[in-house]
Amino acid sequence: MIRSMPAYFSAFVKIILIYALFNVNLAVAKSNKQVINIAYLAQQQNPPPVLSNLDPFINNKAEPGAELAIKDNATTGQFTKQSFILKKFIVPVDGSVIEAYTKSIAGKFDFVVLNLSATQLLEIADLPAAKQAVLFDVATSDDSLRNAQCRNQVLHILPSRAMRADALAQYMMKKNWKRWFLVVGTTQEDRLYAEAIKRAAKRFGLEIVAEKTWAHTADDRRTAQSDVAVFTQVDDYDVLVVADEQAQFGEYLDYRTWNPRPVIGTQGLIATAWHKTHEQWGAVQIQNRFKEAAGRWMEEQDYAAYLAVRAIGEAATRTKSNALKEIKNYLLSEQFALQGYKGVPLSFRAWDGQLRQPVLLAAPRSLVSVAPLEGFLHPKNELDTLGYDEPETLCKRSQE
Amino acid sequence: MSKSIVLQALVMVILTVNAYAESVFVTLEKDNTLGIIDPLEGKLIKSVPLGVRPRGIALSPDNKILFIATSDENTIKMLDAETFKELGKLPSGDDPETFALSPKGDRMYVSNEDDSMVTVIDIAKKKAIKQIKVGVEPEGITVSPDNKWVISASETTNMVHWIDTQTNAIVDNTLVDPRPRAVMFTNDSQQLWVTSEMAGTLTIIDAKTRQITKNISFAVQGVTPEKIQPVGVVIDKDRKWGYVALGPANRVAVVNAQTFEIEKYLLVGQRVWNLAFSPDQKRLYTTNGISNDMSIIDLDSQTVTKSIGVGTYPWGVAVKP
Repeated sequence: MIRSMPAYFSAFVKIILIYALFNVNLAVAKSNKQVINIAYLAQQQNPPPVLSNLDPFINNKAEPGAELAIKDNATTGQFTKQSFILKKFIVPVDGSVIEAYTKSIAGKFDFVVLNLSATQLLEIADLPAAKQAVLFDVATSDDSLRNAQCRNQVLHILPSRAMRADALAQYMMKKNWKRWFLVVGTTQEDRLYAEAIKRAAKRFGLEIVAEKTWAHTADDRRTAQSDVAVFTQVDDYDVLVVADEQAQFGEYLDYRTWNPRPVIGTQGLIATAWHKTHEQWGAVQIQNRFKEAAGRWMEEQDYAAYLAVRAIGEAATRTKSNALKEIKNYLLSEQFALQGYKGVPLSFRAWDGQLRQPVLLAAPRSLVSVAPLEGFLHPKNELDTLGYDEPETLCKRSQE
Repeated sequence: MSKSIVLQALVMVILTVNAYAESVFVTLEKDNTLGIIDPLEGKLIKSVPLGVRPRGIALSPDNKILFIATSDENTIKMLDAETFKELGKLPSGDDPETFALSPKGDRMYVSNEDDSMVTVIDIAKKKAIKQIKVGVEPEGITVSPDNKWVISASETTNMVHWIDTQTNAIVDNTLVDPRPRAVMFTNDSQQLWVTSEMAGTLTIIDAKTRQITKNISFAVQGVTPEKIQPVGVVIDKDRKWGYVALGPANRVAVVNAQTFEIEKYLLVGQRVWNLAFSPDQKRLYTTNGISNDMSIIDLDSQTVTKSIGVGTYPWGVAVKP
């Protein structure tokens, strides 16, 4: 061992030399290539309580979506002499995402995909070090982040709660199921979802005939079978709208109500950006490609991360640039048209940074409809019949 | 007098019969069959079982062999165009949907959508001789009539790739509007026409410079822009008229190929997909995916004369004289 040290040493020197040479080559190769660096920041999650074991807990939602998009960008990049690099930062459950951002991302990346909660997103967006970047929110549906709490440099990919509620309302209008019974869970998110439902009801002239809070307890005497039947004895209604974002009780409602009424909202018929039943407009291709790469179905957050990274790619390709300003301007311009497997080009609303998109209305095993529904008209873009339109927005965004 | 009228009528009938003595082949994506249609009779003559999910279809230049992509069987089948007996299979790679034949019929180029590849097949040897890396989700593919170029359009990369037929290598790329679907050369190989499903546009590219010379947007009164999804495109031999299938807009656009003005929109069946000329280019046949029929457009009068029920989800169309 000791005797062979010099040999090892010389080999080591050789390796360094080769590496140095290689590095020079790389630098040359890179000089005529534009590099676009993208950071992905997420925090690991503790598994939430579950109602059933049918759907396994997925701890990397969004990540494989970003990875697939970077591959797609790279495929395109080989023809445009652009290379796209995705650097992932996954913070442990007890770690600090702010620290991760300041330490590893600030000043180093112009484009950052954030898979974080609304609170964390705001904390990061308000860091002085994060002002000079475009932040892509691939996790929240918060309406406040798209209104009074909006930030200039943030783009939101997933549909807001208001967009989802409007999508459901349009379909209910079409079905003429206009009297709603609203059942709300106890979390803050459930209340926000319920707000969006109420806003949609008012917007489309639907009536909320009853509203109740479902206090979920571990009380043994309360069974779904008996409880729901009693709980749902209210004035007659057409559909039960449930607001239970964490899926704590919503699945218990269907088939157990006092009157035979369908369930919509966060369970039953849901409004979502992506769903495994979606096959139209080339969607089956990306469903297959994603499944092959990730070994599971594509979730909404995966789709959002895919779109975020693809949006950067699309803007870089079209502008032939890797400069922050040019790409950001293009993203928010009217020329920007992102292919998102939904039949229409997707683009960003300049007034709040929300991605304009059709919203899928899906039952567990069938795609029921896609909003905006036919007949819901808009002077500029029918997609803007969903969510906060320009005249309604509370977001004060400088559109420089 | 009356005799001559009868004779005249007889001659007319014979002429008409001759003029129409052609068969239209339609792949039926959901029925898993090939529909054989007599356009004169205006009916489906028979259906031949194929394989799972037949889509792309083409006839060999001598009209003797039918090539059909059975997408979910990952192969392209060769059928005798008279007897419809299977003659063999071509190694197309995964999920073949669209393909193109060289003018001589010795090479086939297949889009492998999920793998971002184009497979080149030597038809005589029934062998894949090359796989060319292209953009994400390649779809539309065509060969220039002068056999200089193979064009592959990738739907997610939003490009058309110019592949040299001699080297089977990409020489150039042209960035086009979102989700390019179909590509077609003019008969003189001077222009490449590209439809973009998502942008609702038709792009004309000069084959010499590979630069865009014209971009045409379609707009149909009473149809929302989202429904206008251009798919199949064909241009007549004299480069007088081009025709573009507009998908869920249920219309075929008639484009003046000299001025690039849109002359009119012809209402056909639902979600019109692909187009094919009759051999004399007097008629145009369309596959209408959702209404399960085929429309016949008379090109002299530029009117839709007939629609024929053919089966579920008609996709590709080819015409045999």
